[in-house]
Amino acid sequence: MTTFADRPLEEQIAQWRAWVRRRQALHGPDVEELEGHLRDQLVALTEAGLAGDEAFLVAVKRMGNLDALSREFARAHSERLWKQLVIAPDADRPAHTAYTETLVVLGLAVAAALAVKVPALFGLRLSPDDEVPPFYFRNASLFVFPLLAVYFMWKRGWNAISSLWLALPFAAAAVFANAYPFGTDADTEVLTILHLPFALWIAVGFAYVRGRWFDDGGRMNFVRFSGELVIYYVLIALGGGVLTFFTMTMFLAIGMNAGWFVGPWLIPCGAAGAVIIGSWLVEAKQSVIENMAPVLTRLFTPLFTILLLAFLATMAWTGNPINVKREVLISFDLLLAVVVGLVLYAASARDPQAPPDFFDGLQLLLVVSALVVDGVALWAIAARISEFGFTPNRVAALGENLILLVNLAWSAWLYACFLRHRGSFAVLERWQIAYLPVYCVWAALVVVMFPPVFGYR
Amino acid sequence: MDMSKDLIAASATPLVLAILAEGDSYGYAIIKRVTELSGGHLQWTDGMLYPVLHRLERQGHVAAKWSASENGRRRKYYRITKKGRVQLAAQRQQWQAVDGTLRGIWMKECTA
Repeated sequence: MTTFADRPLEEQIAQWRAWVRRRQALHGPDVEELEGHLRDQLVALTEAGLAGDEAFLVAVKRMGNLDALSREFARAHSERLWKQLVIAPDADRPAHTAYTETLVVLGLAVAAALAVKVPALFGLRLSPDDEVPPFYFRNASLFVFPLLAVYFMWKRGWNAISSLWLALPFAAAAVFANAYPFGTDADTEVLTILHLPFALWIAVGFAYVRGRWFDDGGRMNFVRFSGELVIYYVLIALGGGVLTFFTMTMFLAIGMNAGWFVGPWLIPCGAAGAVIIGSWLVEAKQSVIENMAPVLTRLFTPLFTILLLAFLATMAWTGNPINVKREVLISFDLLLAVVVGLVLYAASARDPQAPPDFFDGLQLLLVVSALVVDGVALWAIAARISEFGFTPNRVAALGENLILLVNLAWSAWLYACFLRHRGSFAVLERWQIAYLPVYCVWAALVVVMFPPVFGYR
Repeated sequence: MDMSKDLIAASATPLVLAILAEGDSYGYAIIKRVTELSGGHLQWTDGMLYPVLHRLERQGHVAAKWSASENGRRRKYYRITKKGRVQLAAQRQQWQAVDGTLRGIWMKECTA
């Protein structure tokens, strides 16, 4: 290949290269090879007396139709139609940054895995025979989330001083998780275990959006990231389960019990490291592969709508009242959370400019039926709430129910406006992301206020 | 002379292998050689050579190596392998069989 002194010609070649690079079936080295060919051809043509741009036209024409060419390449390399993740080189980024990132991620994952083992140095051991000390559950998010925040701060190029601010929520969380004198098997302790990760997730979000929480798109990107992370985490966990199974059975086959390794090491360290690795995969994949959360949303929105409608119809037909037991409120909370998730991820993948379509109608139907179902359940529960008394679990469940109910009620209103062409979809999207901190604030409230208010029961 | 696409595609493999049997080469030079050998009758679309080369590489008939070219940029050179030579011999026999058959008919036409 030759570099041409002719500036416009070099520019034309650069444009052609960028154009060819967009083809999925053509990888970096192929483009380089084709460019070499183009340059050889150009040398020959200019030597034959053609001017630069004439030679370029002829050379490109001789190269042939790019669509046909990439089809041929795809036939020769059919695996390229499957987008590959970890090995897919990013053309716009130098290889050494990818290499550094791999090192940073592996380092953080190992750090997270080791962090889980730190309490063991102070006598809080994990052993396969005893129950896991509640300390581990209370601090589960603190083993990993700070390191995840560090990863994002490194990736987004934060300076050290602003990152110190981000240490505050984690420090506060460590205090509230460990300073309260919980009674044995206290409900408020379980509530702390369940709510602390949600409260802290917003701190991770702050690192993710580089501290610009209110910038356009930042929060929605964090929502997308969270959804994908959950999916990757589940996949990694499945793989981890298979690994655990083989670790146990293979060593059993030679008469050894690997339980001492699996229980205290493999599972907790793996679970911690997988959060970092999963986050890295999501970051690396966001441009490479279709996001899964919106796909699942599309798949399950109609199914959940059918479930809710069938439930309402059956209840109306048979007149069976909701059997109010202890867990009923929590299961309706989970139902609302699923519906909010479906609305949120449908919004995350939707083009806000697009006009209303059938799926939006379906979403509204889903939200309205969820509201009706929840209304019926709340009615049944309210009728007997005096009988139950106010325990921490019930107050927490009731509060969550109200928070989700408010979100869905207003979402339903906004959906209805949008469907009647009275408002834009962007309003609904804004409402959803503006509501995100409410969940975190409530979770923080449960962690901070509930134990003293309910006497650490 | 406009050759049919199928014929060009079918002849691509033996041609590329035969040219590489003469000595190691690279894409642009292979195309130049094809034009030269056919007296301009065989006009390939330049780009289409590369998928053929990659397929041959994958089948193990040729081996490729990036090395510096005379003008400083790197270039991908192809070399025929042992397996490729076996393949070339087999293709040669097939093409000779086709050629012989067609010759037989057309010679008869001439003499008849």
